[in-house]
Order: sequence, then C-alpha cells, then structure tokens
Amino acid sequence: MRISMRQLNRSYGDLHAVHHISLDIPSNTIYGIIGKSGAGKSTLVRLISLLERPDSGEIWYDDHRVDNLPKHELISQRRKIGMIFQNFNLFSSRNAAQNIAYPLEIAGMNKSAIDNRVAELLELVGLTGRGKAPISTLSGGQKQRVAIARALANHPDVLFCDEATSALDPQTTRSILALLNDLQKNLNLSVVMITHQMEVVRDACAYVTVLDEGSVVEEGKVLDVFAAPQSGVTKDFLAHLTPLAESEEVKRDDLVRWSDEGGRFTLRFRGDLTGEPVLSRIQKRFDVEFNIRAGGVQRVSGQDVGTLICDIIGEPDEVDKAVAALKLSHVLVEEEVPQ
Amino acid sequence: MNMLFDLVWNATAETLMMVFSSTFFSLLLGLPLGILLCITAPESQGGIIPKPLLNTVLSRIVNILRSFPFIILMILLFPLSRIIVGTSIGTRATIVPLSIAAAPFVARIIETAIKEVDPGVIQAARAMGSTTLQVIIKVLLPEAMPSLVSGVTLTIINLIGYSAMAGAIGGGGLGDLAIRYGYQRFRPDVMLVSVIVILVLVEVIQVIGNTVSGRMMARR
Repeated sequence: MRISMRQLNRSYGDLHAVHHISLDIPSNTIYGIIGKSGAGKSTLVRLISLLERPDSGEIWYDDHRVDNLPKHELISQRRKIGMIFQNFNLFSSRNAAQNIAYPLEIAGMNKSAIDNRVAELLELVGLTGRGKAPISTLSGGQKQRVAIARALANHPDVLFCDEATSALDPQTTRSILALLNDLQKNLNLSVVMITHQMEVVRDACAYVTVLDEGSVVEEGKVLDVFAAPQSGVTKDFLAHLTPLAESEEVKRDDLVRWSDEGGRFTLRFRGDLTGEPVLSRIQKRFDVEFNIRAGGVQRVSGQDVGTLICDIIGEPDEVDKAVAALKLSHVLVEEEVPQ
Repeated sequence: MNMLFDLVWNATAETLMMVFSSTFFSLLLGLPLGILLCITAPESQGGIIPKPLLNTVLSRIVNILRSFPFIILMILLFPLSRIIVGTSIGTRATIVPLSIAAAPFVARIIETAIKEVDPGVIQAARAMGSTTLQVIIKVLLPEAMPSLVSGVTLTIINLIGYSAMAGAIGGGGLGDLAIRYGYQRFRPDVMLVSVIVILVLVEVIQVIGNTVSGRMMARR
C-alpha cells in the first residue's frame, strides 16, 4: 500500500509539531522517518496511522483518502493497519497468545479460527510454544515479537513501527530488524519505521526522510542520503553513527579515529569507488599530502559507503586543485570552515 | 448466653445483608459513573472521548455527595427509601441510602484504578481499531482488575462502618444491636461482642480482598 501525505499540518497550541509535510511512501518497502526528539516524528506517525486528525492537509492510502473518515470507517480502516511501539504496549491482563488474539476478537472472528491464526502468528515470529506465557515473563525482544504478531494478525498492508527498537539492546535490535526485513519480503508489507537511530535506517530501510522541527529536511534512498547528506541534521546523525550491524560482509562498521585533532575534510566514497586508490592517485598528481584522522567503510542498502576524515596538507592552490580533482572522481568533499 | 448468641447472629446476618446488597447497588451506580469520569476526562488526562463539560458536572456532583455527612444524607434520603422499598426503617430501607452514599466513593475508586492503566496500552488498543465499548470492556477493566478488586474491598469495609452508623437511626444490624442493647440497656457484653464481630468481618474481608488481588497480580 502506498501512503501519500499532502501538506500535512498539526499544531498543539503554539507548537507546530508537523509543518507542511508532503511525502510519498512507496508500497512494499521499508521506509524510515528519522528525527531527534521533538522533531515531529511521533506526531507524524499518529497522523498517518489515523490516531489523530491533521489540522489541515490530506492523507491517502493508495487511492483512498483517509484523513477525514467518519468514525465507523475510521475504526474499520484502523483494523487494516498494524502498529508496534517502543514500550510494546502489550496487555498485562492477557498472556502472549491472548494478546495476539485481541485484534481478531474485536473484529468478531470465531474462537477456533482465532486459535489457528494465533498459532500461525506465534510461529511466524519464532515464539512457537510460548503462547501461554504471561507477558511479564518475556524478554524485551520476545515482547516485541508478540507485539509484531499482534500487529500482523489481521493481515495489514502496512506496519508502523514507532521507535520499535529504541528500548532494546543492540543485539536484540538486530534480531528484530532482521525479523521485520523477512516479514516485509514474505508478506509484501509496507513498513514505516519511526526512529531516532541512524543505525536502524542503515540496517533496515530502503528510503529515509529526515525530519527537523516539524519539517522534512532531506529525503531519498538511504544509499544516496548516506553517500551525500545535504542537511546539517543528517550529517549530525551520520557523525554519531555507532556500530550495530555485524554481519560478515561488513569490513569496518564504525569510524576508526587515530586522532581527535585536525580533520578539516570529510570525504565520502560510495559503491565501487571504495575499491579504488583515489587518494594516492591525487597525491601523485598534485603537491599535496593526506593526513588521515579517521575513517571507515559502512554497508548501506547492500553497497559500501566509505568515510574518511582527513587534512590535506600543501599550498592552498594545490589543495584546491586536489579537492576539485576529488570531486571529479565522484568523491563527496565537505570542508569544515575554521572558526 | 443463648439469647446473646441469637441476638448477635441475627444482627450479623442483617449487617451482611445490608453491606453486600449496598455494595452491589453502589457498584451498579458507581462503576458506570467511574468509567464515565475516566473516559470523558480531557485528552491530556487520558480521556478517550473527551467531554470536558460533562466531566466537570459529574465530578462536582460526586464531590458534593461525598462531602455530605452520612447521617444527614441518610435522613434526607428517607423519602426515597419509602418510594423504593416502601418503608424508611429497618434493614431493607437502609440499603437505599447506603448504596447512594457509597456510590460516589465507588466512582472515585474506579476512576483512580482505571487511570492507572498504561496510556500506551490504550493507544495500542485504539490503533488496532477498538470501539470505545471494546476499549472499556476488553482493555480498561481487565487491565485495572487488581486495583478494582482492592477498591471493592475498601468499599465493603467502608460500608460495614456506614451500616453500623445506620443502626443509630433504626437501620438494624450490629451497630443497632450495640446501641440498643450495649449502650441503652447497659449490656457491655453485647457491645463487646458486636464490636468484635465487626472487627472480624473487616479483617476477613481485607484478607480475602488482598488474596484475590494478589493472585491476579501473580498471574501477570
């Protein structure tokens, strides 16, 4: 299911939580929405998951406008949406299986059909046999698995994940992201992930939108955004990226820093470029030397993105020529202007 | 001795009848009122169908009823007892003012118990497409059940106290026995036994309430 937003606005008093947001979330993919706390991402997900109505603007699910539905249609539309949360929000009065059964019960499914579907869902999320477990006896990862099963019970087209991994440790986060990835592929789901963790975007999403102060500051394919971030907010997120995915194909995940000093230039290489000796070629052509302060290679959407933080030492015009040559070789160069 | 036993036995039966009937009726009145107080609260306080005006009016009514001294309320409600049960004296007549006096108390207790339910859980239930009634019956009440049981226990114990007071104005039960025999006829033995029975009742109900609520928590 494709989700389109047109000029969405939502304010609380003087606070513009969501300000003229227009976005298209393609179907059958994992779409990340990242922002710092207070950036408006929680409000945005409450709007597109139909928990709140926008002050103005439109929301479309495929060719169906959904922001202005009357109450009974709103309730039946919500039953076709799955949602998971940071704190799981499971019912403590129900065990794992009864939690998963809830959306089926309220939709009026009969008991034996519910039992079958619940068993199927427990298997889907890897919790076969744990149905009778009280919620408090489950680990964080298991709780989120129950929540995912509950969210998928009614065969939704879209799954909203509101900071779904923020309360989990890195290893559990990885296993939940892997599960969501599998489910997305096997069930042809559209998954929308709201997060403040760039790691989640890198490891799970194909597209990303960066929010700041209620507005979109950057959007596009994750690979493009990682290789050529445009906004300060995005660069900030990338700078604070911490290691998370540790699959074999990743060579070095985090930036290795040899020195905290210097490093006026940040160079970003993408894809096949990471295999080429660009720097030594340039060093030979111009009278400059590279002093590398930090660097690393990350795997984003199946492609490598290399980052180097370095100084370029030499006569100013030679440095300028070297930078120009780097740009010609499709290296993205950011220069930190000295204060 | 035998007479004392009969007196106390009959009075205990009357007290239990008054207390449990009025608990039942006060829940019948107070439960919906408590739920209504909770769900009509402003959105910032977790109301799921915010109706600020109705909420304020209900809240004021509850406060006014709760601040009435019970004895006065009882006398004011004599005419109502006469309409509902045909008389204004005796055990059955007392159930009417007892229920009405306890109802606002019950409403506040239910409201407090339900407000403790995690707002995130309510949000999840609504996001899944629950109707308001489904949220109340399948989420709010079951999630709040251990607190509700504690609240009902407290209500029963309060009503034992109220029912003893009702004895002063011809309500019957252990309070009535203690006043008429123990105080007015100088029978300290009757007074003592009545008080002990009331103490035991309170203790037993507290223990049962704690056990039930504790078992529910243990299963979560």
